[in-house]
Amino acid sequence: MTADRALTALTLAEARAGLRAGDFTATELVEAHLAAMAEARGLNVFIAETPERARAAAAESDRRIAAGSARPLEGIPLGIKDLFCTDGVATTAASRILDGFTPPYESAVTAKLWEAGAVMLGKTNLDEFAMGSSNTTSHFGPVENPWRRRGDNRPLVPGGSSGGSAAAVAAKLCLGATGTDTGGSIRQPAAFCGVVGLKPTYGRCSRWGVVAFASSLDQAGPITRTVRDSAILLTHMAGFDARDSTSIECEVPDFELAMDRPLKGLKVGVPREYRVDGMDEGIESLWRQGVQWLEEAGMEPVEIALPHTKYALPVYYILAPAEASSNLARYDGVRYGLRREGADLREMYELTRGDGFGDEVRRRVLIGTYVLSAGYYDAYYLKAQKVRTLVARDFEEAFRTVDVILTPTAPGAAFAIGEKEDDPIAMYLNDVFTVPASLAGLPGISVPAGLDGDGLPLGLQLVGRAFDEETIIAAAAAIEARAAFEGEPGRGGTAP
Amino acid sequence: MSLDKATVARIASLARIRIPEQDLDGLATELSKILGWIEQLSEVDTSDVPPMSQTAPAKLRWREDKVTDGGVRDKVLANAPDARDGFFTVPKVVE
Repeated sequence: MTADRALTALTLAEARAGLRAGDFTATELVEAHLAAMAEARGLNVFIAETPERARAAAAESDRRIAAGSARPLEGIPLGIKDLFCTDGVATTAASRILDGFTPPYESAVTAKLWEAGAVMLGKTNLDEFAMGSSNTTSHFGPVENPWRRRGDNRPLVPGGSSGGSAAAVAAKLCLGATGTDTGGSIRQPAAFCGVVGLKPTYGRCSRWGVVAFASSLDQAGPITRTVRDSAILLTHMAGFDARDSTSIECEVPDFELAMDRPLKGLKVGVPREYRVDGMDEGIESLWRQGVQWLEEAGMEPVEIALPHTKYALPVYYILAPAEASSNLARYDGVRYGLRREGADLREMYELTRGDGFGDEVRRRVLIGTYVLSAGYYDAYYLKAQKVRTLVARDFEEAFRTVDVILTPTAPGAAFAIGEKEDDPIAMYLNDVFTVPASLAGLPGISVPAGLDGDGLPLGLQLVGRAFDEETIIAAAAAIEARAAFEGEPGRGGTAP
Repeated sequence: MSLDKATVARIASLARIRIPEQDLDGLATELSKILGWIEQLSEVDTSDVPPMSQTAPAKLRWREDKVTDGGVRDKVLANAPDARDGFFTVPKVVE
């Protein structure tokens, strides 16, 4: 069966309207997406497809729509990053160490989505334990970006770590997907794939049931093709959850209503420190264009200083590995996942973890263990926590004058699979513009704004005050309307 | 900061990760490079700056002291690589 392109081309908001009007059924919508997924298997986007579950959920949605009791996301097919635990569906975190693990519970965020009527199509690929910026560290192989450079058919990375989710949304295999963002893992892949990615304020979405990477930074959020669609999904992902000790008790607005907020008189900050050496000229001019678009929407640009920006990345590469080394201590071969037998308990741990973790995860656990070890804790970990305070203070200071901050999402467009593989630091630099807001816990959104010289998508990032997702949604909508970003990436891939 | 092979082996042992001997040199170079890059933080004056561990308010919530979950032994054990008679099994630890 070939995919019905009219149905997969819809935005989430359009599909919601079409389902309500009876233009098509949830079953038809789901079948169109399942067929698209089958066409796109060469992109290696899904670790697991869940067609039976999707069809059963769609049938239930059709019953509810017929009975007039449709829920807010009734019948909307989604991809779920395989970092969210899903009851009865294997969850891998793209790691060999979770081999055979099937959660007996549902993550808080996905439970909310299913309660709202959404339908799961499958679990999307990611960097192992969400550690990576290219989706090449997955135990299940790299994801290919549906976009290609003009006149060059080499497969490119989709960004990471939510690379499968971003590629799935770009190739129109689902109407939206969940992602998680620790240092840029929603926003950077969204930029590389020409889609929208929203990282909410830390504490907005419950971390309960999301495989932990760095708990003081991890945050779930939506990836979609439009700003409106991200606003719709976030409304049904966010909310207080007592099971997450850092979940914030704070009312969840209907984020979609923020689309039409007036921007007149608001100030947009342009941080001079984000003009880094070697930045792509295309990105620099797109950034200037973005400022102009927001001026047209009535905003006033203000040059601001975020003086500790250059230190954010090294801070992150101490704190995130430190938290990861602690979080990943639970993978011991005893309670779930992979086990390699050893002569004694210690050997069993060492063989299991030696075999179960891939290179990047191993590297980060070792760094984390080192910076937390006796004699080095103060010099590395404590120092990084102090500089984190300074990074956060920079933002506090800036938000006394401005209402949003506009930056590029990443310093370049998608690169080829295999590039930057042998230089961890070059890979880490992908997150140079996304990490600072993560350290400060602030909301950020990446919106596709144009193409580079090779015809690849570039994104602009808006960062807002804590719990003010609404202003960045409104500003992102203003950029989206003026950028009129277009492009039709393919579904062809080379994965076996 | 430069890490030698022996230090990498010691960290790996702390982290309970078996690393093949032939990987140790490469890892020592890689990790030294990363730590060297991280060391630029020493330029920053952090005297009188408090450390930050969370962006959320540091105060933890209180709740009533009662059981909120549990009674799911079989579900918990269902994922164990080896479980017998309602227990996780591990290699013998006491002679």
